[in-house]
Parts: sequence; structure tokens; C-alpha cells
Amino acid sequence: MTIHFVVHDEGDSVGVVVVEGLTASNRINGWIMDQDRMIEFDAKSDIPIGHKLAIRPIKAGDAIIKYGVDIGKAVADIQPGEHLHVHNVKTKRW
Amino acid sequence: MDLKGASFEGWRRENGRMGIRNHVIVLPVDDLSNAAAEAVANNIKGAMAIPHAYGRLQFGADLELHFRTLIGTGTNPNVAAVIVIGIEPGWTGKIVEGIAKSGKPVEGFAIEQNGDLNTIMNASRAAYRMVKHASKLRRTTAPLVELWVSTKCGESDTTSGLASCPTVGNAFDKLWEAGHTLVFGETTELTGGEHLVKARCRTPEIAEQFQAMFDRYQRVVEVNKTSDLSESQPTKGNIEGGLTTIEEKALGNITKIGHRCTVDGVLDKAEEPTGPGLWFMDSSSAAAEMVTLCAASGYAVHFFPTGQGNVIGNPILPVIKITANPRTQRTMSEHIDVDVTGLLQKRMNMDDAGEALLDCMLRTADGELTAAELLGHREFSLTRLYESA
Repeated sequence: MTIHFVVHDEGDSVGVVVVEGLTASNRINGWIMDQDRMIEFDAKSDIPIGHKLAIRPIKAGDAIIKYGVDIGKAVADIQPGEHLHVHNVKTKRW
Repeated sequence: MDLKGASFEGWRRENGRMGIRNHVIVLPVDDLSNAAAEAVANNIKGAMAIPHAYGRLQFGADLELHFRTLIGTGTNPNVAAVIVIGIEPGWTGKIVEGIAKSGKPVEGFAIEQNGDLNTIMNASRAAYRMVKHASKLRRTTAPLVELWVSTKCGESDTTSGLASCPTVGNAFDKLWEAGHTLVFGETTELTGGEHLVKARCRTPEIAEQFQAMFDRYQRVVEVNKTSDLSESQPTKGNIEGGLTTIEEKALGNITKIGHRCTVDGVLDKAEEPTGPGLWFMDSSSAAAEMVTLCAASGYAVHFFPTGQGNVIGNPILPVIKITANPRTQRTMSEHIDVDVTGLLQKRMNMDDAGEALLDCMLRTADGELTAAELLGHREFSLTRLYESA
């Protein structure tokens, strides 16, 4: 079974796409590394390899959690399965 | 791998350190001396010029760093002998004197009042003798613990934090427990995870020293920035690879120091560690600058995880590249020494990946060339602290 995306920790708000050519509407398999558990999801955007998808609903202003740690803030609402990157998330530093 | 019982074949230098390469280098003191240095290396096969862009009108701490980096490069145990060439004899002599403390053969040549041609002839004769001497030196067996290992990642993406950096972390945990001398750095690239590094410091004093270095570098960013540094830190390549913020990049970066190692001390740039353990070097996160500083601190082999495919090498420090990104492995495999793409499909576990890296490290120590060596990557970049006078 192909793993399409990987999540560091079950408390995270994002997963990382680890295959090339992922397109919207694919049913995709995710592996939560720390808990070694599989989940299934529907991708809602075309997402390049290495880029992130939201795995829970996120509101503008919410903290984005990855590795169980705050990695920045959402600047737009993001739906589960949507591409999450510099267009909708910004650093809290600098 | 049983690290405690392991050994490698390298060169024992006059100061007792073990090297894994046997370079004769021609080291310019300044930008003006690059042409003569390159001519010497062209005349004498087996001599390698290390040209660079600086060395004139520097002053204060920036000049001290320049001297420390060049002296450290010449002193590195992967170097058998050194020719130093400068525009004038004063600073040339200073670098020769610094390298001579290691006991290795070193000679200096100044261009003023000689011209390039006489300098090239005299330095070529010296290089001829030095390469002949170096070629007669034989590898000897030493305990693996004498191998100093540095790390820094580059053109990172999200696969770096998921897999290639943790692979280094797995290997570092094992090397640290076996008593190796290790280093990591990249001060701004800890931003967002600095509390995690601070918590790993062995004593409160080391934690405070680390925090002071971190805070100083943050002030440099605050004073000079014109934006949130997006496209610089994280870089355009990082963003293309899916990294969104510095915090996210830092958390991936920090996985290189594993779970069990403690941070046992801090180093200034190009400073030599005084004992075994994991050291933090206050340094730039730019690949060639950081790797150049590791070499100048005396490290003999380097672990370099990459996501998008940084192609860096170093003239004297073999750089082992590790990737977990299947696209990078597919399109740039000639740059990759250790393929850990299997980690992301559960075809490999982290312990297997760490062992694959240690196995590559041992083969590299024994003489197998890295991808960067085969492709001729010799990036040598001096860190500058501020403008020349």
C-alpha cells in the first residue's frame, strides 16, 4: 500500500505529501509516525511532493501544529485536505 | 554496528589527530593570491588550490575569524602539508606560524618584490617536495572514536525533518554514546525550536551560553531585516520543497541531534573543540560557510541531509549526502550517498537508516570517495562578520 502523506504526531494539524503527482479528489493514505497508525483522507487540492495538507479544520489566526509544536499562524481559513503553505500560513517570528 | 570495537584506516598526523584524506593544499591568504595558488596547483599534480574571495583590509573580530579559518583549514587532519601564498609576508607568516603549531610541513610565499612568476616557481618547488612526502605516508589503523563528525543540512524540505535529519540523529545518538567528537550549528535555523536545544544542554551554564549566542544572532536579523526573511530563511528552495515557516524548518533541522545526545559545549566559529561530546557552533546556516567552519574546527567527515538536493562539497572535508525525497533520488542520484527514501514508505526503519549512514561513514573514512568528491565540489566560503575597512 502506498503511503501518500505522513504526519509526525497525532496532535498535529498537518500532514506532508510524500508522493509525486497527487491530485484533488484522490482518496489518500496517511501514516502517523509517532503513533504508527494509518488514516485515510480525501485530498481537496493538487499538492506537490513535500507540501502539506491540513488534516483538521483551521480558522484564520489558529496556530499550526507540527511535530507537536507551533510552527506559525493561519492567515486564512483552511479546510481538511486543502493545500497549506505560504499562501495561507505565516511565521510568528521575525 | 559495534562502534566501540570499530576501527578505520587513516593518516596519523604530527599532532596526534587522525585524518581520512591526505591533501596537499595551496592556501591563498587573500583574493590577490588566488592566481598564483592556482598556477602552483596546476604545475604540481596532487596539490590542490583553495581560492577564496577575501583577506584584505579586514580588521578586529572579522580578521581574527579569517586567520582562524585559514589556520584551522591548514591544521585539519585531512591535510598532509600546506603551501601558503599571500600578497605580502606579514599576514602570510602569521598563517604559516599558526599551521606550523600542528607540526605538519608548511611553507609560506609572498608575492610583493617577487612577482607572480618567481613566487609560482618557488612555491611549485615546495609543493613538489610536499606532494612527494605526502605520497609516501601510509594509512594506519585507529579506533573509530578518533573520527570527528560534523553535520549541517541544506536545501531542506519537509522530507528532511521526517527522515533524512532524523537519520543523522540516530547516527549521532550512537556516535555520542561511543564517545565521538561531534558538532552541529546553524544558529538562525533553530528559530522556533531554540527552547528544545536549550533543554538538551548538559549544564545550566552551557544552556546560558547557547541562549546568548542564539539571542545575539536574532539581533543581527532584527537589525538588518527588511521582511520576515521569507525566501532567505526559509530559502526559495525550502519553500519549493514545502517548508512554510522558519519554525517548521528549525524543528526538522533539530532532529539531527537525535534524542539521547546532550549538548556538551558551545564553540565560536572555526574554534576547535577541547574534548569529545556534541558541540554547538554559533554559525551561519549557509551550507558552504558552515561546512568550511566545520573543516576549520578540525572535523574529518560531514553528514549532510538534503531534501531538494543541495550539491555542496568541501575541498578537504568529505561531505556525505543523505536524502529521503524520492524525486531528488530519482532526478539527482549522482549527488546522493545514502538513500533513505524507504523511511517514508515504511520499507526501512530509523535504526536501519542510521546504520546505513554509519556504514557509509566508515567506507568514506577508509577511502571510498563521496558523491561530492567525485563531482569535484570544493566549495570554500569564508564567513564575514562585517565590512572591510
